[in-house]
Amino acid sequence: MAYSEKVIDHYQNPKNVGTLDKSSKTVGTGLVGAPECGDVMRLQIEVDDATGMITDAKFKTFGCGSAIASSSLATEWLKGKSIDEALTVDNMDFVEELNLPPVKIHCSVLAEDAIKAAINDYRVKNGKEAIKFEESLVH
Amino acid sequence: MLKLPIYLDNNSTTPMDPRVLEAMTPYFLNHYGNAASRNHPFGWEAEEAVDYAREQVAKLIGADPKEIIFTSGATEGDNLGIKGIYEMYASKGNHIITATTEHKAVLDTCKHIEKSGGEVTYLQVQPDGLIDLKELEAAIKPTTILIAIMYANNEIGTVMPIKEISAIARKHGVLVFTDGTQAVGKIPVDVNKDGIDLMAFTAHKMYGPKGVGALYVRRKNPRVKVTAQIDGGGHERGMRSGTLNVPGIVGFGKACEICMTDMEADNKRIVVMRDKLETELMKLEEAYINGSTEHRLPHVTNISFKHVEGEGLLMGFNKNIALSSGSACTSASLEPSYVLKALGLGDDLAHSSLRFGLSRFTKDEEIDYTIKAISETVLKLREMSPLWEMYKEGIDLSTIEWAHH
Repeated sequence: MAYSEKVIDHYQNPKNVGTLDKSSKTVGTGLVGAPECGDVMRLQIEVDDATGMITDAKFKTFGCGSAIASSSLATEWLKGKSIDEALTVDNMDFVEELNLPPVKIHCSVLAEDAIKAAINDYRVKNGKEAIKFEESLVH
Repeated sequence: MLKLPIYLDNNSTTPMDPRVLEAMTPYFLNHYGNAASRNHPFGWEAEEAVDYAREQVAKLIGADPKEIIFTSGATEGDNLGIKGIYEMYASKGNHIITATTEHKAVLDTCKHIEKSGGEVTYLQVQPDGLIDLKELEAAIKPTTILIAIMYANNEIGTVMPIKEISAIARKHGVLVFTDGTQAVGKIPVDVNKDGIDLMAFTAHKMYGPKGVGALYVRRKNPRVKVTAQIDGGGHERGMRSGTLNVPGIVGFGKACEICMTDMEADNKRIVVMRDKLETELMKLEEAYINGSTEHRLPHVTNISFKHVEGEGLLMGFNKNIALSSGSACTSASLEPSYVLKALGLGDDLAHSSLRFGLSRFTKDEEIDYTIKAISETVLKLREMSPLWEMYKEGIDLSTIEWAHH
């Protein structure tokens, strides 16, 4: 299978690889996927309490090139967005931007799930209720 | 001089030896007759060429030329050998014994037989990829007609104890079929010493052309017969109809002849390169060799690099190195390799595996390049892997509740 240029670029030059302090109240961590499934994504966001803006985002991913590219792209998109804006990111946005083939759609779903999980982690840490999301159909 | 890309996917197919192509060319251009045309020189030439190739093929496996049935490849040979026995020996029984790590061409053929009323026992393998001979013997019943166990495995290169298997089969009056695809031409295979009754193999895994293979069918002690699966003009003594692929067969014969003369010298070089590749890659932390290292083809190794996903790993160098992975992501099914899972490997390790297959054309500098490229990519991806970070922090990954997709 040939990868799109954008996937290759993110794979070769991943943006925002790293770790934020997961114990910090301003950091939300989303860990999704499972080693047995061949994909694990960890996405972290740092939120400015006062403005509700995402000031930093980092990822680490175990998975194929498309999974790595999706998480790298997610961190790029999240930086500078408000939490509310971040919640509107949809898995199909990844599919379109990275030209993912059908067999790689689960990578985009995982990226969307990681964003939501990170936001919920941040919310719960700060005394807010976790948002209930509808189950993705692709699971 | 190092030339990229490097080809290390020789279990999938081998490049053709130029000597093979040379032997084939006249049979496309000048001697294009149908080997079944009995009334003119074109047909006679073709028939003569096929007869000669049949001798070359038979010689490589210690068989009689009359015991060689030309096919389109190993998949057809697997089908003809197994279904052909099932149908021919229906009055004797309907039970077949095979193993879970067989090639799909054998497993799916067995599934087909189950659907049509046959009974199949699928033996589990041990962690080293070998079957347990006691389990094999215990699985034999009065209705057992065939044991179908591959000579060597395509993913991990494990060589099965065929001699011991056939001794057990003989004792119980059961026939032995083996898928010899990965072994013939690579290691010495002798149908008489090994006690094989039927064996499928193919030209394109031994530096010959694609689209041609053979099924060995024993003619003496015992005389074995198979029911044809392709009906027509009664070619190949009625066991496989269809105009013979003369150039392909000529190439197959030549490939067998070269393997016979060059095997020993080739293997001496290949095993040194394979061992170097393996030793150097095993210097990486958390790297594991899959399958037996004792009973193994000399040109194969299969290694898992824990906490790195196989397809992601391949992407780091697959413009320059051709390899395959047991990861789900390289297949359409999303399931990791069933062979690796059968060894008892967790799915995570199965996802992290790379299969290396060297050939007589592999060069030392290609191995050096591969060692460097893979080591660098593994290290780079581990820096990016949350699992590696957790492992390094001493977190037991099995205690984490993963969100299963």
